[in-house]
Amino acid sequence: MNNEEELYQEHVLDHYEDPYHRGRCERPTHVHEDDNPLCGDVIKIEMRINDAGKIEEVWFDGEGCCISQAAASMLVEEIDGKSIDDVRAFTAEQMLELFGPRLTPNRQKCCLLSWRVLNSAIFASVDDEDQMEGPTFHGPDLGEES
Amino acid sequence: MPVAEPTLPLDPDRIRADFPILSTSIHDGKPLIYLDNAATTQRPRQVIQALVDTYEKHYANVHRGIHWLSDQSTDLYEEARVRVQKFINAPHAHEIIFTTGTTTSINVVARSWGDSCVGPDDEIILTEMEHHANLVPWQQLAERTGCKLRHIPISDDGILCLDTYAQLLNEKTKMVAFTASSNVLGTINPARQMVEMAHQAGALTLLDAAQSAPKLRTDVQELGVDFLVFSGHKMMGPSGVGILYGRENLLEKMPPFLGGGSMIRRVYLDRFEPADLPAKFEAGTPPIVPAIGLGAAINYLDNVGLDAIHCYEQILCERAHAGLESIGGIRFLGPSPEHKVGIVSFTVEGVHAHDVAQLLDRHGVAIRAGHHCTMPLHKRLGITASNRASFYLYNTLDEIDQMVAAVEDTKRIFRRGR
Repeated sequence: MNNEEELYQEHVLDHYEDPYHRGRCERPTHVHEDDNPLCGDVIKIEMRINDAGKIEEVWFDGEGCCISQAAASMLVEEIDGKSIDDVRAFTAEQMLELFGPRLTPNRQKCCLLSWRVLNSAIFASVDDEDQMEGPTFHGPDLGEES
Repeated sequence: MPVAEPTLPLDPDRIRADFPILSTSIHDGKPLIYLDNAATTQRPRQVIQALVDTYEKHYANVHRGIHWLSDQSTDLYEEARVRVQKFINAPHAHEIIFTTGTTTSINVVARSWGDSCVGPDDEIILTEMEHHANLVPWQQLAERTGCKLRHIPISDDGILCLDTYAQLLNEKTKMVAFTASSNVLGTINPARQMVEMAHQAGALTLLDAAQSAPKLRTDVQELGVDFLVFSGHKMMGPSGVGILYGRENLLEKMPPFLGGGSMIRRVYLDRFEPADLPAKFEAGTPPIVPAIGLGAAINYLDNVGLDAIHCYEQILCERAHAGLESIGGIRFLGPSPEHKVGIVSFTVEGVHAHDVAQLLDRHGVAIRAGHHCTMPLHKRLGITASNRASFYLYNTLDEIDQMVAAVEDTKRIFRRGR
């Protein structure tokens, strides 16, 4: 087995087993949750964004496969303390790069779940009754199983 | 102490030699261990050759040309129909409709019989263990007609609760549609008894034999069933062909579902007269070559013998259960091996089903992960996804042992827990 191609590298397992900021955010201003219905992976992101657009604190919680949960931990660590503009500029390709191991299209959607949730969360202000619809993402899809 | 190997009812090595794909190596020379047979099976040279021969020597459209080649093709296609008729002991060959698969077959019944015979006060009984293919067409029928859907519950170990079934049956019940064998739990349901109970209540029955026909003897007259459906690709036949068996008197009364060529006797600009059975339900050019290939697959099954296959699968199942049990932290879905076909579904404590399947793939082992088209069943079991290893006549005890070892290795990788 080629180590560079190995999906379950130590740093992936480390994030899975000892995640960064898994839990609740105190006094969150923005919250969003979503899932991949076909595999049941769920990610919720809570964060506090100040008036200057800086992410003061960000936490995630969820359930699912190693890839989805480890990717969420890596993403939250990456964007903690950054700005909304940084989040907007952070592309899906960069997310896959941050994760590391090369993923087949089926598993890319596991990796990109938290990235999708984060991009919706920056629009999902908890004070805002009429939440602005987040952007639509066209990530890879497993399709129906048979 | 070495454990005595069980005496096998068939010779897997000899069988494997017929399946070119099984000598494939993946991921730097690991032999492919194909344990996803409930999704689709592989096919032997004999079936592949039947397809090649048809295309190379006998292929034309069926029932059309007044020419030699069309007659050849038609003969082979109709021979395949008789082959299927005998395989399930149907009284007449014209009760065998070639469709594109189990899903299409169920949809034909739900559309044709359902739309013409079901009203808002009627009830359809299904079960909690159905594949989406035997849920959604009836949900769509309910949307169109307002009929009610009832579901026979399962016990925690995946057995249908027949007491509740008896209570669900009443004079409003028009149809009981259920699986002969679950594609996740493997449970072999008491089809004959369930059909009898339905008939006593005046209801018709549809049996989804997609998982059972490849390995259990199917006799529609003994079962007394009104409709029976299955697919070619799950029994070593080609993909793209399925069977709808229906009792002659029912099929004759049912309106055609798909309209087009072949299914007509006469067409005018404003109307048509439908053809007789089976053409009435075979609009357009049918799956000619897949149907012929299915005939070859049935020949292969007959040569090996269904009883031997089922018996062999139970030996493989017992080996898998014992092996996985010895690892610990495994939850089995469904009953013990003697109550099921060669399907072992399970979850591994602390490891998501997709991670298990991904890591098994690194060992060359192909199993299924997900909900296997049974979201309501998984909800009933309180899980979102599971792993499924499913066996067929060409799998070996050694492959089962390697699968178990790969699961053990997976647990080791996730040893630290979270």
